[in-house]
Amino acid sequence: MKYVDEFRDPKLISNVAREIARTADPDRHYRIMEVCGGHTHAIYRHGLKNLLPGNVELIHGPGCPVCVLPMGRIDDGLAIAQQPNVIFTAFGDMMRVPGTKGTPLELKARGFDIRMVYSPLDALRIAQTNPGKHVMFFAIGFETTAPSTALTLQRARALNARNFSVFCNHVTIVPAIRAILDSPDMRLDAFVGPGHVSTVTGCRPYEFIARDYGKPVVISGFEPLDILESILMILGQLRSGEARVENQYRRIVPWEGNLPALRAMGDVFELRPYFEWRGLGFISQSALKLSNAFAAWDAEVQFEVPGVRVTDPKAAQCGEVLKGVLKPPQCKLFGKECNPEHPIGALMVSSEGACAAYYRYVHRDEPVSV
Amino acid sequence: MCLAIPGQIVELSAEQPALAKVDVGGVKRSVNIGLLENERVGPGDWVLIHVGFAMSKIGESQARDQLRMLQALGEDELAMEEIRGYRFSQ
Ligand code: SF4
Repeated sequence: MKYVDEFRDPKLISNVAREIARTADPDRHYRIMEVCGGHTHAIYRHGLKNLLPGNVELIHGPGCPVCVLPMGRIDDGLAIAQQPNVIFTAFGDMMRVPGTKGTPLELKARGFDIRMVYSPLDALRIAQTNPGKHVMFFAIGFETTAPSTALTLQRARALNARNFSVFCNHVTIVPAIRAILDSPDMRLDAFVGPGHVSTVTGCRPYEFIARDYGKPVVISGFEPLDILESILMILGQLRSGEARVENQYRRIVPWEGNLPALRAMGDVFELRPYFEWRGLGFISQSALKLSNAFAAWDAEVQFEVPGVRVTDPKAAQCGEVLKGVLKPPQCKLFGKECNPEHPIGALMVSSEGACAAYYRYVHRDEPVSV
Repeated sequence: MCLAIPGQIVELSAEQPALAKVDVGGVKRSVNIGLLENERVGPGDWVLIHVGFAMSKIGESQARDQLRMLQALGEDELAMEEIRGYRFSQ
């Protein structure tokens, strides 16, 4: 328990840790998936694994939007960036994600107009101040971020900004969880549910996991105490043979979600019949595209998009790590060819990716621990 | 990108009702409050900000919790960088 002293409430933390040890059945092995990359980051950063009994295993889920984006989509976005008069805009997280012919940042160094923005509204603003150019926003993110893109598109329509478009890569978390539950190599007992995604979706969309699959789901905050409490709630349910959706993060997450956000998404987006997730393959109805009413702002309609499918480098095991089948250091490239300075897979780029988090917080201290 | 940043509303915008000026650690920027239309917000209220949009109204103690959490995760600098980076109302 070497990290305990750093916590705000070391006493509370050790109480919950003790309670967890008491609640976990020593004859049972628990596999609990934290769906959200923010939780993955927090778990590594705070060394929470050290506070859990050895038979309570945390599996890192697919909840990092940068990590699950297939390389082909990056290539497609960068193909648009190379059209004449185009300004490519994206969040900072995207800038170092490699496509087959380099990262957005490398393309920028080759002279293409590639700009980092902190908000989709900034991309729209660039379109307004550059009327002679076309500004494409590379949209990415789960339900936390999709409403922002939706509102930006509604505003673009209100302003009749015709030199602005969105290349939409928004994905939705629930179908990915279902795909993981249906995957034969997946043996999970419960889920720590995403925090900020759930401020938008609310808790209802997770009910099928408890009802149809008999697995507990606890929506969790991001502080060490939140995560440990959520694990304790999960173990409590498992011990009494229950499976329910519980909301540990009530202080932020309303059970019904954010209705204006859901309405804006409904207005602007429709479900794609299927979409490829890195590591998980094609998942039906798991991603959003712009609805026909917004075709004038849809980069996939306005540009010839090559629609390339790229398979990841053979030795890269991002898929297995994403599904929780392998731990980061079990990938042959981990810490060698693939490291934060030279990422090969997206899991090494984003601070919410399991490989980057593992490299940063565990690798150096205890390289043998898996 | 997945940051949720706490800020306090300083003033609402008369010309642009979708925008509000917020204060995050002394830096003041406009954010979009269109996702909060079901809640009444005004100066003094705290909100969670994500990519330029207020996502939810929160209490002052939650705002402090959230800030401390960003520090604990080593993401407070990134959060300030993001807030400073919002340009859309300028
Ligand atoms: S170490 Fe690199 S290549 Fe291997 S799984 Fe992680 S991100 Fe992918």
